[in-house]
Amino acid sequence: MVQIAGRDVGPSQGGAAPVIEAVDLTKRYGELEAVKSVSFSVEPGETYGFLGPNGAGKSTTISMLCTLVRPTAGTATVAGFDVVRRRTEVRRQIGLVFQDTTLDDYLTGAENLRFHAELYRVPKSELDDRLHQVMDMVGLWERRGSIVKTFSGGMKRRLEIARGLLHSPRVLFLDEPTVGLDPQTRSHIWGYINELKRRESITMFLTTHYMDEAEHCDRIAIMDNGELVVVDTPEALKRSVGRDRVSITSENDEAAMRVLAERFDLEPTISEGAITFFVAHGEQFVPRLFADPDITINSVHVARPTLDDVFMTYTGRTIRDAEASGTERMRANPWMRSGGRR
Amino acid sequence: MSAAPSTVIGVREVGTSLGDDMRAVRMIWKRELIRFTRNKVRMITSLAQPVIYLFILGTGLSQLIPGGSKIDYRTFIFPGVLGMTVLFTAIFSALSIVWDREFGFLREMLVAPVRRSALVLGKCLGGATVATFQGAVMLIFCGLVHVPYSAALLLTLVAEMALLAFTLTAFGTVIAARMAQVETFQVVMNFIVLPMFFLSGAVFPLDRLPRWLAVLTKIDPMTYAIDPMRRAVFDHVTISPRLAHTLNPGMTWGGHRLPAGLELAVVAALGLGMLVMAVVQFSRPE
Repeated sequence: MVQIAGRDVGPSQGGAAPVIEAVDLTKRYGELEAVKSVSFSVEPGETYGFLGPNGAGKSTTISMLCTLVRPTAGTATVAGFDVVRRRTEVRRQIGLVFQDTTLDDYLTGAENLRFHAELYRVPKSELDDRLHQVMDMVGLWERRGSIVKTFSGGMKRRLEIARGLLHSPRVLFLDEPTVGLDPQTRSHIWGYINELKRRESITMFLTTHYMDEAEHCDRIAIMDNGELVVVDTPEALKRSVGRDRVSITSENDEAAMRVLAERFDLEPTISEGAITFFVAHGEQFVPRLFADPDITINSVHVARPTLDDVFMTYTGRTIRDAEASGTERMRANPWMRSGGRR
Repeated sequence: MSAAPSTVIGVREVGTSLGDDMRAVRMIWKRELIRFTRNKVRMITSLAQPVIYLFILGTGLSQLIPGGSKIDYRTFIFPGVLGMTVLFTAIFSALSIVWDREFGFLREMLVAPVRRSALVLGKCLGGATVATFQGAVMLIFCGLVHVPYSAALLLTLVAEMALLAFTLTAFGTVIAARMAQVETFQVVMNFIVLPMFFLSGAVFPLDRLPRWLAVLTKIDPMTYAIDPMRRAVFDHVTISPRLAHTLNPGMTWGGHRLPAGLELAVVAALGLGMLVMAVVQFSRPE
């Protein structure tokens, strides 16, 4: 099994108490073990991402941390409070942005936030400033008087992020914050999240199944089939793959394939007119390839491993394959199942 | 503004004070009012049905009452129609919880660090306020059904409607807690709300009924509010005591007619009971 290297390279060196700490956290729904004895800790100020296919157990884990779902076994603390025994305290310390919108469409943007402020007891003397600040941050201050019904999907999500921050939580939980949004809006949302990271000393815990989004995190935990496979910084994870992706085009693909396989002991594949193979230290390998008299190379492309490659390395399949097999297994969103009655 | 140094407002004191919960109650109450006033269509359509009952059904059925009785059927039905207005508005308000669940907003309330009792109380007070308002609007028709605009009468009716409105919103909230889909709404209307209305004495006197029907009228909470309202109206119109008794035999337990105060106490007790049930339902763990 892979060494969880993140423990000693991440921001954990400061020695501050972790903001989130989970020990053997488990959730079973009847026969189905959605989360299998997961342990991790998140340091203050960190942006921590759960990456995995739909149905991997990310939302169930986040639901347990947010006190919405009771763990079957194991413990977790958020901001020092136990998520089972000190629910109210935990709730006061966290901001939540759900997968599905939870705004009141008939109220204005500002009214939705004021409603939230009352529920979370934002001191009245701070409220107006804070409201202005968070709405400004997501670029919705000008639209504060508009009925939410008139907002686009991206604006609603931004408003929810602002709302999640309104009561100055210690931790902001974002469950698939950009799901269902178009690529441009997604990148905007990430702009706001990164800005937030810069400006507020807030810890963020998010889930995503988009590889490119996981890059924004300080540390990534890859989750698959209810288990944490590996936790580390995006860079360290990519380094741990240990191989670069090299693509070449040549005069004679057949000959080139043979040479790569026989002389260099590689497993080349041909896709979209290029020969692709993985090799350690790709930039050092390429000159050796040029030196070989039996290959005539037209072009070379060396790429560092992506998170897709990381996922592939640790789980043995691509995230897209995992999605295909995972969706029918855990179709029902645990929050939808239990949220209504609590 | 945005340039101001943003500090994390640190850890706030733990513990739940009554004042903090009152903030939540007031906010949820206010939300009901905001949503109600924004929905002009609902304000008008929820009055359409009582108006139809009062002036179309009321006028039509007036023909059945012998000419010598000197009382307009519409005067008789008026307290019932007020009750109907309150009933429909209150139940509709309560069932909006199901919409909130469907559109996600309920979760925003349920995950907040607020006692469930505060959420339920705010909801019930909000629904009750809206329903009482709608009932009070119906009072403008007093003159058209030969009921005087007496301040004492109007105040009595508004107070009685407010009590009924609270009980019915709490009742609706208990139903809504068990309802998962908006589609169930029609079922609730047809199998709970309409029978409650017809069994309450709103449209016909409740004596000389077959036994099975008489029993049903006694367990209908609305009955205990329609009777005091009709008594108040009859006290302010010219009507012989005999006719008043025929038309409004009132609620009897074991042959004794209940005084209005006791009837209203029954409504209040039911309301509190429903409120407690609603809190229990929404506090249930997953």
